[in-house]
Amino acid sequence: MTHESTLQDLVQRLRQLAISESGFVFDPSTGHTYSVNGTGLQVLDALKQGVQVSDLAARFSETHELDPDDDPLRDIEEFVAQLRKDTNLD
Amino acid sequence: MDGIRAVVGVTGMNATDNPAPGVPVARSLRASPRFGGRIIGLGYDPLDPGFYAEGLLDGGAILPFPSAGREAVFYKLRHLKNEFGIEVLLPTLDSELRVLAALQRELAELGMTVLVPELECIEAVSKARLTELAKRTHLRTPESETVTTPSVIGRLLDRFGTPIVVKGVYYGAHVVHSELDAIAAFHHYVATWGLPVIVQKYVDGEQYNVAALGDGTGRTVGCVAMRKMALTDKGKAWAGVTVRDSLLLDTTQRIIEKLRWRGGMEVELMLETKTGDLYVMEVNPRFPAWVHLATSAGQNLPLSAVELAMGLAVPTLGDYRVGTRFVRTTLDQMGDLATFGALSQAGQIKFAGSSP
Repeated sequence: MTHESTLQDLVQRLRQLAISESGFVFDPSTGHTYSVNGTGLQVLDALKQGVQVSDLAARFSETHELDPDDDPLRDIEEFVAQLRKDTNLD
Repeated sequence: MDGIRAVVGVTGMNATDNPAPGVPVARSLRASPRFGGRIIGLGYDPLDPGFYAEGLLDGGAILPFPSAGREAVFYKLRHLKNEFGIEVLLPTLDSELRVLAALQRELAELGMTVLVPELECIEAVSKARLTELAKRTHLRTPESETVTTPSVIGRLLDRFGTPIVVKGVYYGAHVVHSELDAIAAFHHYVATWGLPVIVQKYVDGEQYNVAALGDGTGRTVGCVAMRKMALTDKGKAWAGVTVRDSLLLDTTQRIIEKLRWRGGMEVELMLETKTGDLYVMEVNPRFPAWVHLATSAGQNLPLSAVELAMGLAVPTLGDYRVGTRFVRTTLDQMGDLATFGALSQAGQIKFAGSSP
């Protein structure tokens, strides 16, 4: 499976989630619930719109004050990996 | 729309931490503005909690245990037909189904329709025949063996690995990690429910349940899937949420279609964590105790069951709300001496305000 197609799977899956403004997430197919913080909510919204992880990381670098040790690409990739696991895509 | 005016007998008024489905079935009927009939609660103990639920029942009566035999059950139901005019009987306990399925034609002659699957369907979904059912329906079920002696348990442990699951023929399951514990569980279930005992490979995963109603032609009138969110120490759901996963619903519909199932059903499924495979763990031949969740989510399965029993045209129910939750509670219900006295002495009661 290509990287693009797996991302499309994730986007489709994320679009099924019910997400409140406060970051409370309900997965209607598994019944699981999660909480995400404001940053997580921004990432979820962007992924649902089909934004690529690398573009999203670049956007975060421009719009957030980051410490020298921060690596938004790594953090977002970790977040996506967790999402894939939680939504049974992996 | 014309209201449903039938007198409906609902069994299973027990509602402890291992609740019977009778109270939620009666609540579902009461919840419908289309139901204008009367509900007679039927139980096995004057202290069954359903008898004391305010506004739930128009009457109540004590039944003989099914083990008393067909004749005893028939005579009591004939008496209750005369006393209460019961037209539709919705049994909700596994232990009642065989005797009521066997009596349904005689009861129909009295003017009492029992919504119950055919005997061969009840047998087809029994725990001891789950593997056979899975083959017939091309579904997956954990490897299991029906055993009548503990001497084979060691061999099954070698074959299935540990832990394994030891199940009673009607009810209960122990997850055990050693031959000694497996043999103890075997003897426990033989003493409680008799032979055989089912020994099953353990599947680690997440449990989902589906409540459904079949109309007897192979059509699923409605089905609602739920994930348990909290369990009692008996493994019963204390909280749950409706979910939508086509695999869960398709699996249930396939069983109903294959067996031409008539009546309520619960399918217990396990989504294996390691593989993502879905296993049918059990099929219960009646509504589950959480069936009121389905009603709250938009599918009143008990109401459709009454319509089905009355021979009315029953449409396939529409979609249901995903994310609807239930959380059980404990509640001290107040009762007067008269209710307990009537149920203890006469074995029946008509509640004030109910029509004669």
